[in-house]
Amino acid sequence: MINAARVFGIGGVISYRALFNWQSPTYYVPTMLGHPLFQILFFAYLGRFSHVRNDAFFVVGNAVQVSAMAGVYGMAMTIGGERWTATLSPLLATPANRLALFLGRALPQIVNGFVVSAFGFVSGWALLDFHPKPSGLPALTLVVALTCASCTGFGLVVGALGLRFRDVFTISNPAYFLMLLVCGVNIPLSALPGWLAAIGRALPLTHGIEAARKLADGTAFADVQGLVATEVAIGLAWAFLAYVMLRFFEEESRRRATLELL
Amino acid sequence: MIRILRLTWVGWLLNMKSLTRSGLFIFTSVIEPLIFATLSYYLFKAGHRPGTLLYASLSAGLMGIWTSTLFGSGGVISWQRWQGTLEPTVASPPPLMLVLFPLTLATASIGLYSLTATLLWGRFVFGIPLHLAHPATFALSVPLMIVNLGALGLVIGGGFILYRNANALSNMLEFPVWLVTGALVPLSLLPGWVHPLSWILSPTWGFRAVRAAAIGGDAWPALGMCVVLGVAYAFLASYLVGLFEFRARVRATLSLT
Repeated sequence: MINAARVFGIGGVISYRALFNWQSPTYYVPTMLGHPLFQILFFAYLGRFSHVRNDAFFVVGNAVQVSAMAGVYGMAMTIGGERWTATLSPLLATPANRLALFLGRALPQIVNGFVVSAFGFVSGWALLDFHPKPSGLPALTLVVALTCASCTGFGLVVGALGLRFRDVFTISNPAYFLMLLVCGVNIPLSALPGWLAAIGRALPLTHGIEAARKLADGTAFADVQGLVATEVAIGLAWAFLAYVMLRFFEEESRRRATLELL
Repeated sequence: MIRILRLTWVGWLLNMKSLTRSGLFIFTSVIEPLIFATLSYYLFKAGHRPGTLLYASLSAGLMGIWTSTLFGSGGVISWQRWQGTLEPTVASPPPLMLVLFPLTLATASIGLYSLTATLLWGRFVFGIPLHLAHPATFALSVPLMIVNLGALGLVIGGGFILYRNANALSNMLEFPVWLVTGALVPLSLLPGWVHPLSWILSPTWGFRAVRAAAIGGDAWPALGMCVVLGVAYAFLASYLVGLFEFRARVRATLSLT
């Protein structure tokens, strides 16, 4: 149990530190802060042009979605990247608890995603017409944190697929941008065709963003508990799927000797 | 002159083949613009702006051209560093700029996949009629814009020679340039201080020319600005590439990743 906890905690932190580029401000600032900032501004102005909703709609949607920079890209690079750095074989040769091993890699990305999201909210407040009710801020913080965790569960699946695909970005890029389309980030689900909205409802972020919008608008936390519970359940379901996939790919790769095949 | 043209042609062809073999590059050039085209359709429909649907389709394709130029040109030096071909490239007899230009031109040309994909997507999936207002001008505007973006790509690639995390800047510059050049959102909605910035960015004029040729309007002033800026970029790129190449040689940092 203690070993599993060590693999979860220390292993997770070390794997995050192994994203060497992300430790450098010259990389982190443009990618993890600059990109989200300009994404929020772009969609807020697009919203003004399209007359769909107000700035607050686009700020909340995009500020929550940008956590996928860490949740999706970070997980993809952490797990899928093991193959590129030739550390996958030694890693899977260890007797370490697999659940602790992979979930530990998710923890730093949840924290990172939350930081990116918080920066998005502050930028929206400073630069656009977004002024959330102060009374809703504690609940909003909790919902954003839980949504980041849920998104990272989905990122684990992307990372698992990265073990199979030649380039992990072939999966993570469309995943990130599809979220902009189907998760209610920029378009209300009611404006999408039924099948696209159904995909959005099965993905993380969708319910979290809806809850965050209501909280920013002054709704009490008790009124969004159902949405938050759904968001958490969806995140857990994706994390479970990722675990099954990772174990399956591990077994298959051992059987077919394709673990390091690029 | 013939040697330069031959070098440009052979370099462009080689890099087009190389980039077309890259699943990730093609996937990004096609899938991402299609997602943005779809997003714009539904957004404009929800906002009851049906007249803007061809505009959305066209704009998403133009945004894709900028994306492929940015990532291709921004990564041009890094890729050569990773592949170990940067030193032989720099050491080869032709000026470095003439070797790099076909590469950045090829990355801009790959953007044609984006434009084709979004126009066909709009036509066949959303039933948006594709009637070009000035077909001949459109046929001239698109390649002119591509060459122009290739020249801008050279400035970007040259500027990134000394910057180790060049791909991070590429990640950041996608949305702001879409915004500042009026790729999807009209410039009139942006604050006044942004306008002078948009005037010195050639995508502003390239997008404007292509859009005027397709939807209606006078494309020629914008095409003229494209030519002027293209020449200015060529001079700037020549200076930057020469300067950074010299510095990298002096500091022996050419191959450092």
